[in-house]
Amino acid sequence: MGHSYTESKQIATKTILVLGVITIAEVIFALTGKGYIINGFHMPHWLIGGVMIIMSVVKAYLIIYEFMHMKYEVPALVKTVLIPTLLLVWAIIAFTFEGSSWQHSRTKVHNLKSSTSVEHAEHK
Amino acid sequence: MASETIALHGDHSAPSWSGGSEPFKASYGKLMMWYFLLSDAFTFAGFLIAYGALRFSMPSWPVPDFVFSSLPGGIHHKPLIFVTIMTFVLLASSFTMVRAVQEGQQENKNGVVKWMLLTIIGGLMFLGCQAWEWTTLMGTEHMTIKVNPFGTHTENGVYLEDGHDVKKGDTFKAGTSYLIHQHDGHFHQLAYKVADGPEAGQTKRLEFGPKAFGALFFFITGFHGFHVFSGVAFLLIICLNAASGLYEKRKNKYEMVEKIGLYWHFVDLVWVFVFLLFYLL
Repeated sequence: MGHSYTESKQIATKTILVLGVITIAEVIFALTGKGYIINGFHMPHWLIGGVMIIMSVVKAYLIIYEFMHMKYEVPALVKTVLIPTLLLVWAIIAFTFEGSSWQHSRTKVHNLKSSTSVEHAEHK
Repeated sequence: MASETIALHGDHSAPSWSGGSEPFKASYGKLMMWYFLLSDAFTFAGFLIAYGALRFSMPSWPVPDFVFSSLPGGIHHKPLIFVTIMTFVLLASSFTMVRAVQEGQQENKNGVVKWMLLTIIGGLMFLGCQAWEWTTLMGTEHMTIKVNPFGTHTENGVYLEDGHDVKKGDTFKAGTSYLIHQHDGHFHQLAYKVADGPEAGQTKRLEFGPKAFGALFFFITGFHGFHVFSGVAFLLIICLNAASGLYEKRKNKYEMVEKIGLYWHFVDLVWVFVFLLFYLL
């Protein structure tokens, strides 16, 4: 593994501390951004979301690379696992856009329906 | 043709991975655990795709800070605190798992058993927290996979009647969430008057939130919880095997502990994303 027993122990302790600190930072940031900590202070949605996603990716990196020892596997193994996973992440993002499009269509149909019912009422 | 194939593939009675170098310098079991986890990631991705697509297709979604704000002991309106505790429990159990693997590398039987027992306790604590959370959602708040009493206001308004924790005349703003409470086994959808906008002055009743919310929540956290549960079962078996001296005899630095460790960290990894999507965003 390239590390002595004592070194590995230190790395594990350091990693868990960083993971804990990031988790606390995430929660504090989310609560501050949504106005729970400082009265009347809000952050834009994209900023809260962006920071949360970046912090979660860092956590995922630490878990996969340090705890699961991906750092010490040969590059070919890393690629066979991580490339499909990245494509999945792309799929998740792509489908949120698809969802927004459904919402858009639904609102359009809803508006069309209500405008035609108003017309019917006027004809009577 | 058939005899050629047998000749090419050699003696079938030989142990696996014999006659050549190990692919990716990883043992058979470890490599297969990685690919099992990859396939498991596909299943979870299927759930998360459904979640993302459905959530973005709804005009409103229950605000998580409102939905998940209760703690044991009758504490309410403390957003995210309970689920943060759950996250810490799982992270801590991931750390104890790393320590168990490290003791295994040292061929230290007692160390392996000690740290694995701590991991099992962590897993059980997490399951306990989840059981409490589900009980609150189903028993107290009456959310099921088909009924979602958590909604979000899409317009400003004034309540026209007394509710569980609101009074007649209380105002609310668009974007805040509410819970439709049950009285005598029936949901009581409070009446309100729209304060502004094109429909100002109209009287309406609170509507149920997006139906998919309950199903997505119970299926995704349930599937994750099932992984934790199976993980605890496997940890228990491997811990007993380690204690009996089975892995000591194999002299492979407790590889079985390393493999279940990979699985356990994956469960923690999935929780990072469930935590992000369901509770933080």
